Amino acid sequence: MVDRLHVGTRKGWFELARRSGDWEVSDCRFLGDPVSAVLADGDGAVYAALDLGHFGAKLWRRDRPGAWSECAVPVFPTKPDDAGDDPHPWSLGKIWVLEPGGIPGRLWAGTMPGGLFRSDDGGRSWSLVEALWRMPERRQWAGVAGGEQPGINSVLVDPRNPQDIRIGVSTAGVWASTDGGASWRIINRGMHAEYMPPERREDPIVQDVHRLVSCAARPEVIWCQHHNGVFRSEDAGATWRELAAIRPSKFGFAVAAHPHDPDTAWFVPAIKDERRIPVDGRLVVARTRDAGRSFEVLTEGLPKRHAYDLVWRHALAVDPSGEQLAFGSTTGGLWISEDGGKSWTMPDARLPPIAAVRFAEA
Amino acid sequence: MPKVSFTPALERFLSAPSVEVRAATLGEALAAVFTSKPALRGYLLDDQGALRRHVVVYVNGWPAKDRTQLSDPVSPRDEIYVFQALTGG
Repeated sequence: MVDRLHVGTRKGWFELARRSGDWEVSDCRFLGDPVSAVLADGDGAVYAALDLGHFGAKLWRRDRPGAWSECAVPVFPTKPDDAGDDPHPWSLGKIWVLEPGGIPGRLWAGTMPGGLFRSDDGGRSWSLVEALWRMPERRQWAGVAGGEQPGINSVLVDPRNPQDIRIGVSTAGVWASTDGGASWRIINRGMHAEYMPPERREDPIVQDVHRLVSCAARPEVIWCQHHNGVFRSEDAGATWRELAAIRPSKFGFAVAAHPHDPDTAWFVPAIKDERRIPVDGRLVVARTRDAGRSFEVLTEGLPKRHAYDLVWRHALAVDPSGEQLAFGSTTGGLWISEDGGKSWTMPDARLPPIAAVRFAEA
Repeated sequence: MPKVSFTPALERFLSAPSVEVRAATLGEALAAVFTSKPALRGYLLDDQGALRRHVVVYVNGWPAKDRTQLSDPVSPRDEIYVFQALTGG
C-alpha cells in the first residue's frame, strides 16, 4: 500500500507519511496560500495548484522532496472580437483538477471558467482544448454556486486507451471525447435535476455533476455524486441510474471508486443544499459493495455528534489498493482508513480547510 | 526613465527588484519589465492582458485609471508602484 498522502488546503500543501503504523505530517509548502488541486503522478512528481488571491492561479511541481519549481499555467487565447457576448471570462480562474493522461508527460487540467488544458511535458507548457472551448453549447454552461464561472471538476482517462476521455462539469453534465480531445459531445442520459423547471429537468446540459470517478479495472463503470443524488453508469457515462438507496442523504460532493471492484464506491453525504452539513451532526461515510443496490453507513472513528464538516468534491480519495481511503473537511478534519472504510483514524494535525486529498499513484 | 517598483509580497514567489524602463505608457513600462522578467507577467496581468482584479498600480501616488488597456501615460521622472489590493483572510 502507498505510504504518502497529499493534502491541498486553504492555507498550504501538506504531505502525510505512514511511519510505524501512524500517519503524520511529513512535509508542508506554500503555507498561507490556497491550494486548489494536488496530484502525485506515477513518475514520482508531485503537483500543487495554487489559487492566489492577488496573483492568480499558479502551478508548482516537486521532482523530489524539497525540490519545488514553478511550472507554466494554462493560459486562454486572446478573446476574439466575435466572442463579445460570451458569458464566461477568457482568463484562467483556477485549476480545479489535475489528472495524469496515461502517456508519459501528459497531464490534463480541468479549470474554471470551464477550459480543459493538456500538457505533454509534465506541466512545462499547456494548450487549451480548443474543440471543447469553442463549442457553441459551452455558452449554456452555468456557473458554480451562482458564480459566472463553470468548472471542469473531473477528468476520466480510460487506462486502456488514453484517447478516450470523459469530463464532468459544474454545471453542464458529462462530455466525452474518443479522439484525445479533438471532438466532443455531451453524453449523459438518465440524470435529473428536481430544482429545474419541469421541461428542463432531464436536459443533459443542466445536470450539476459534482464529481465523477471510474473503476480503474472497469473504466466503463462510472459513479457520480450529483447535486440531486447519486448515479451510476455502466456504459462509460452514456446512461445513468439513480442509486436511491444512498443514506443517510443523497446530497454531497465527494465520491471514490474502488480501483478493482466495480461494485464498490464510497460517498460522504450531507444535508442538501442550502445548509451543507452532516445529517444530525454525525459525520459518516456511505459505502456500497453491490453496485448501489444497498449502502452501509460507516461510523467507526468518525465524529458522532456536533460535527459540521463538509467534504468537498476532491477531498475523498482511495489508494491504488482499494484498502486505504482518506477524506478531509471544510473545518480541517482529516480521517484515514486502512480497512476499506470500516474504521477511521485522525492524524495528529489541525489543518486549514481542505480542498483536495490524493494518495500517491502506484 | 520611469521607475517601476513592486510589492515585497511577490518575493515569496519570484524576485522582482525595482527597475527603470523606457516607456510612454503604463502598458509599455510593464511590457519592458516582462521582457527581462517574463514569469512576472502572469502574476500581474490576466490572460487578456488586463491588471488582475486584486492587483493595483499607482503612478506617482495615484491609481492607474485604465486597468484593461494600460494606456495611462507615464513620464521619465514618474514612479510606478505595483502592489496587491487588500483582500483575503
